[in-house]
Amino acid sequence: MPRRNDINTIMIVGAGPIVIGQACEFDYSGTQAIKALREENYRIVLVNSNPATIMTDPTMADRTYIEPITPEIVEKILELERPEAILPTMGGQTALNTCLSLERTGVLERLNVEMIGAKAKVIDKAEDRLQFREAMSEIGLESPSSLLIKDIADAEQGLKKVGLPAIIRPSFTLAGTGGGIAYNREEYFEIVKGGLAASPASEVLVEESVLGWKEYEMEVVRDYKDNCIIICSIENIDPMGVHTGDSVTVAPALTLTDKEYQLMRSASIACLRKIGVDTGGSNVQFAINPKNGRMVVIEMNPRVSRSSALASKATGFPIAKIAAKLAVGYTLDELDNDITGVTPASFEPTLDYVVTKIPRFTFEKFPGTEASLTTSMKSVGEVMAIGRTFSESLQKAMRSLETGLTGLNEIEIPGAFNKENKTLYEPDVLRAALGRPSPDRLLIIAQARRLGMSLSEIERVTRYDKWFLEQIDNIVQTENQVIANGLPNSYDELISLKKMGFSDARLAELSKVSEKSITELRRSLSLNPVYKRVDTCAAEFSSQTPYLYSTYEGNYSNPGECESKPNNNKKIIILGGGPNRIGQGIEFDYCCVHAAFSLSEAGYETIMINCNPETVSTDYDTSDRLYFEPLSGEDVIEICKLEETRGELLGVILQLGGQTPLNLAKALEAQNIPILGTSSESIDLSEDRKKFQKLLQKLNFLQPENGIAASKEEAISVAEDLSYPILIRPSYVLGGRAMEIVHDIESLEKYISEAVNVSGESPVLLDSFLQEATEVDVDMLCDKEGDIYIAGIMEHIEEAGIHSGDSACALPPFSLSDAILDKIQKQASELARALKVVGLMNIQFAIKSDEVYFIEANPRASRTVPFVAKATGVPIAKIAARLMTGELLSEFKLGEGFLKTAPKQNHIAVKEAVFPFTRFPGVDTILGPEMKSTGEVMGLDVDFGHAFAKSQIAGGNHVPVTGNVFISVKNGDKDQTTELARRLLEMNFNILATRGTADYLTKHGIKVMTINKVLEGRPHVVDAMTNNEIDLVINTTEGSQSISDSYSLRRTALTQGIPYYTTIAGARAALMVIESLNRRGLDVAPLQSYFNN
Amino acid sequence: MTAYSGYDWKQPEWATGALILANGKIFWAKGAGSEGIAVGEVCFNTSMTGYQEIITDPSYAGQIITFTFPHIGNVGANPEDYESTTPSTRGCIFRSPITKPANWRSTSSLDLWLKNRSLVAVSDVDTRQLTNEIRTGGTQTGVIVHQSQKPIDVDELLQTAQSWPGLVGMDLAKEVTCKNTYVWNSDEASTEKYCEQLPPIKHHIVAVDYGAKQNILRCFANLGCRITVLPASATSAEIFSHTPDGVFLSNGPGDPASTGIYAVPMIKEVISSGLPVFGICLGHQMMALALGAKTEKMHHGHHGANHPVKNIVTGRVEITSQNHGFVVASESLPTDLMVTHRSLFDNSLEGLRLKDKPVFSVQYHPESSPGPHDSRYLFELFLEMIDSKE
Repeated sequence: MPRRNDINTIMIVGAGPIVIGQACEFDYSGTQAIKALREENYRIVLVNSNPATIMTDPTMADRTYIEPITPEIVEKILELERPEAILPTMGGQTALNTCLSLERTGVLERLNVEMIGAKAKVIDKAEDRLQFREAMSEIGLESPSSLLIKDIADAEQGLKKVGLPAIIRPSFTLAGTGGGIAYNREEYFEIVKGGLAASPASEVLVEESVLGWKEYEMEVVRDYKDNCIIICSIENIDPMGVHTGDSVTVAPALTLTDKEYQLMRSASIACLRKIGVDTGGSNVQFAINPKNGRMVVIEMNPRVSRSSALASKATGFPIAKIAAKLAVGYTLDELDNDITGVTPASFEPTLDYVVTKIPRFTFEKFPGTEASLTTSMKSVGEVMAIGRTFSESLQKAMRSLETGLTGLNEIEIPGAFNKENKTLYEPDVLRAALGRPSPDRLLIIAQARRLGMSLSEIERVTRYDKWFLEQIDNIVQTENQVIANGLPNSYDELISLKKMGFSDARLAELSKVSEKSITELRRSLSLNPVYKRVDTCAAEFSSQTPYLYSTYEGNYSNPGECESKPNNNKKIIILGGGPNRIGQGIEFDYCCVHAAFSLSEAGYETIMINCNPETVSTDYDTSDRLYFEPLSGEDVIEICKLEETRGELLGVILQLGGQTPLNLAKALEAQNIPILGTSSESIDLSEDRKKFQKLLQKLNFLQPENGIAASKEEAISVAEDLSYPILIRPSYVLGGRAMEIVHDIESLEKYISEAVNVSGESPVLLDSFLQEATEVDVDMLCDKEGDIYIAGIMEHIEEAGIHSGDSACALPPFSLSDAILDKIQKQASELARALKVVGLMNIQFAIKSDEVYFIEANPRASRTVPFVAKATGVPIAKIAARLMTGELLSEFKLGEGFLKTAPKQNHIAVKEAVFPFTRFPGVDTILGPEMKSTGEVMGLDVDFGHAFAKSQIAGGNHVPVTGNVFISVKNGDKDQTTELARRLLEMNFNILATRGTADYLTKHGIKVMTINKVLEGRPHVVDAMTNNEIDLVINTTEGSQSISDSYSLRRTALTQGIPYYTTIAGARAALMVIESLNRRGLDVAPLQSYFNN
Repeated sequence: MTAYSGYDWKQPEWATGALILANGKIFWAKGAGSEGIAVGEVCFNTSMTGYQEIITDPSYAGQIITFTFPHIGNVGANPEDYESTTPSTRGCIFRSPITKPANWRSTSSLDLWLKNRSLVAVSDVDTRQLTNEIRTGGTQTGVIVHQSQKPIDVDELLQTAQSWPGLVGMDLAKEVTCKNTYVWNSDEASTEKYCEQLPPIKHHIVAVDYGAKQNILRCFANLGCRITVLPASATSAEIFSHTPDGVFLSNGPGDPASTGIYAVPMIKEVISSGLPVFGICLGHQMMALALGAKTEKMHHGHHGANHPVKNIVTGRVEITSQNHGFVVASESLPTDLMVTHRSLFDNSLEGLRLKDKPVFSVQYHPESSPGPHDSRYLFELFLEMIDSKE
């Protein structure tokens, strides 16, 4: 049946902000769905609060609501737009839960909206653990034995049934939040309690442990005629016990016979049929006992997911796009396979390569939490690599991670060596390191082999499948040969190393020569990678789509076949941002995708290089050609060299993918590969502190007093010259890594001895910290003739000192004077001209006492580019790409920039950050100069209060309009608190405060109830919070003692879901929200309506 | 005789094997499995699992199999996943050296298993390049050699390749069929369901063995059939003497027209007797010949486990396992034959049914092994035909 004609308008629900477990894969799937359905001439209404997404571009959907994804708000949009259908399966758990809630409350029925893709009943059956297990047992599929617990009193009974270790899984939570593995009774009861609290339905499933079993995932697509196909099988190298999002995985499954594979295939299809997924994509997870093949079903997701994004990239089969078309009535045989162009979508992709996915973690950002992996997901991003063999794809993936690895590098395992005899290892230490699921397990395994532990011992401890261990061992043994014999110089010997995936850099380390000499050796032998196509069919049909990966093939006599076939066009290469991490995420993918779109519109051939499977940039139809490759110098240069052989390579765009591509500037330049936009010289000028400082002085601009120190002693003396507080950081940082504000010499010494290694090669930078300054972000465009467009000036809500990525900000500014804005604009423009920026630049200023200070300038796209583009309606990333090709700003008729446009704006946009603290038990939630947020939301409204309110709700902070507020502030904030407290009283809040704050407020005539600090004995404020007696927390602190004293307060606020503000500025903004909400509730409006006049 | 341009005839030091195509292309390789020389038609298979079943599939007689999936050997070999006791394939071509096995059912490495069966294989060939060659140039004859002790004589091997007659006109079924009639031992039935109890016997099927895959017999046994297997040369009288409830025509290798010389007259007689008949692959092709249709050689055949086939009657799509180089020509069908299935890859004919008799056949492999189990319903359909006739 072709498309349904009884539907005109479809609402698509997005996934909201990027959080752990729900990242930009849902931008990828949502964007595909929108494109697929608009292709069918449906009118699409989108709701998503995340401004950094491609899907929320005003040109994507017909109506784009950048509004909080809550049932209340979505209901309002439904009432305005009256769609006939709502598609809940593209926006992760957020969309599913929101739609389920709208169904339960009868909203969908009242407004006559049909859920397509998945019915409520189906979602319930798949997500409700008990219903799911029953359904599975009815079709003869085993599950691990288990018991559903709704009350802590039943926990004992559950323990009896499943034994220890036990798996605890809360119902209806995202990526295993609140779950875990208990090895003893104490842990068991603790996790069950936490899980009950985390589950919106207050239920957890306690389950027999299948720890150590092999784990598999099947990606299934079904149409309404019951045609079912498996898109991809995925095998986890990490056995059961590690969340699949945190596991290293391969596709296809590599250790199953056909008998076992087909059992699993039939079981996953049976599962979809039984649960009743009529149309669309789902995944089903299985565990297999490696001893006897016993197979159990673990769970299923009745929607597209992170793994379906991975499966799409791994196979070339666009699951979300096809799922969207199936949801409106098509069957699989009616749809085409885009990749081959000659076969239908109703087939199962077959691979002739191996895909490895490795998650990327950021434990270093969260001191206080253990870098251990469990069933609750902790990774913030992932990389995927494609190779003709497992070891090639594994080593490519390792270097894609951008954690400094060049392959399966050596790793230090503390205490692993015997103290007396360095040739012996300590087996217990090694076993402990191997036995603990951690992000570095593959490296530890390789290291254990280097230290001499046997493969079977490693297998016993890690429970990794022997096949993978053999492969890792093979890499280690080959490395040993290179270490012992040096680098071979014959073509055939060298290519056999390259075929295993060794990078030039890794070979250089092993053979103790320079990377350059290896590259030169390769060139002298004409030994280059070839590029093969991801074609869904293992070359059975010719492929129309240039979706390519590199590999080394053949030998001197039979050189491998290259299928890249560069075109005879004018072409531009865009380098993506690599794996998502804190500080570099979806925003940069947005910029790269926009560049591809806009350069394509201008008639250039666009070529994308990236290794992040979650993104829109790695969709095969975003650019003309896609190379799914690591963003290392070697890999990028090889592609440039190949593309240069035909047509004209105009250059490479580095400034849109965050810091990753910028780091390649010098390597590319050394190979005479042209860089588009700002030159590497200018990049260097802005990144080199000394040069930059000189430039500012020449321009007569202010900068906080600063200095550089190469030793602890030097640091102390520099700090004394500058006077405390001091902002201190290593000389090279991204996302404020290891950046701290120190208030005295003790904490300075502590920082230097604990946080960083200071040396002449890696000095620390010290800045005089401007207290209570207002921070401002500026995004601007500059063309080759020095013409400038100030795209946006954003005022941070938190004062300077909080990392700009973690701070809420407003566009246009809400408190700065015209004179200051004018000054900012002038100075930003002058600097851009001095740096000869071509394209985008972001500058951060601090404003104090009407003076403007430069904090830093980055001649590249910033995190705020998509936010600015959406808030102002100007597609600045698209324009930036064109400026880099030499076009002039005047051609885009943008007017005169921010100062001219901002006053005319009839709306205000607020960006708020979203944090992953709930994932990291034991971590303090206090904000500082080190970035910790994973994502952001945007609130858009006609006034600041409502815009800020929307940003808070969208970020999961439900600001109360009345109730009990707890206030405890540092001395410096006390006089500002009086005014806040007065306003709170006017709005009928009751104020509770700790003694110091209470005394101060009482003295100023404010009615306050005193409550004990935690240290003062019980009942104290944390008790009150736990008992739900507090609705809002305002807590500012300084000094390490008082910060650690108030830790339990912040942590409790987090676990109890109580909104809390750790700065006076934040609290003041919260008050404006409350006042605004008391004035009128929230209205919704599509993004398009803000720019239609 | 000259080397194909760009191909180097000089044997590299590391090469212990080679693939030499009749068109003069040489791929230097490492030997695997047994040492020796094998000549045959070089085809490819795109399945990602089930190499042991593929290698033991009698339909690969006369062929050298290129595996497009780069890692072969991962699950070793085991005593259950056989499709015939003696492999009929001529040899195998792999992308990477055979890996060590890791699977709880494995009892041997694939390399040793190949050696024990005197099967020659080569590895370290760019199998994707080779597959592209076959796709664009069609299947062709090749020689693989595994020889570690003395230099490889390319001239001689090229001659061997060029003088091999090819599969057209070859009756390979007679080489792979059983020597004598036997009753299938149901103790060896399904390994797919891990020792599920077999149902009581309700039907008696005579299967004519042109190179039958064991899993076809397992599928029948799993549905309560006793199976008597007859050699390819069986006459209709021999078949009738077993008083079967239905007759099954198996898959097998080679040119249907050649095997058909003796099989088609038998099939005609069986069909006219009114007995239910079910054919798979070669059996399907020869049934079509018996009913007046024609067969032809395909460009590069269908070999994989991901082929979509549409059941025209129900509109459903099945993902099927396929392995054939000949096909029934669509335009040659007599009017009493109905097309029931078509390939969604190339629209070729995949299933037939006689309008007025309980006679049907499919080009693909409903018993799969390796491959998806979507089409197992055909076995039930056959038994339903038998039941409704009774």
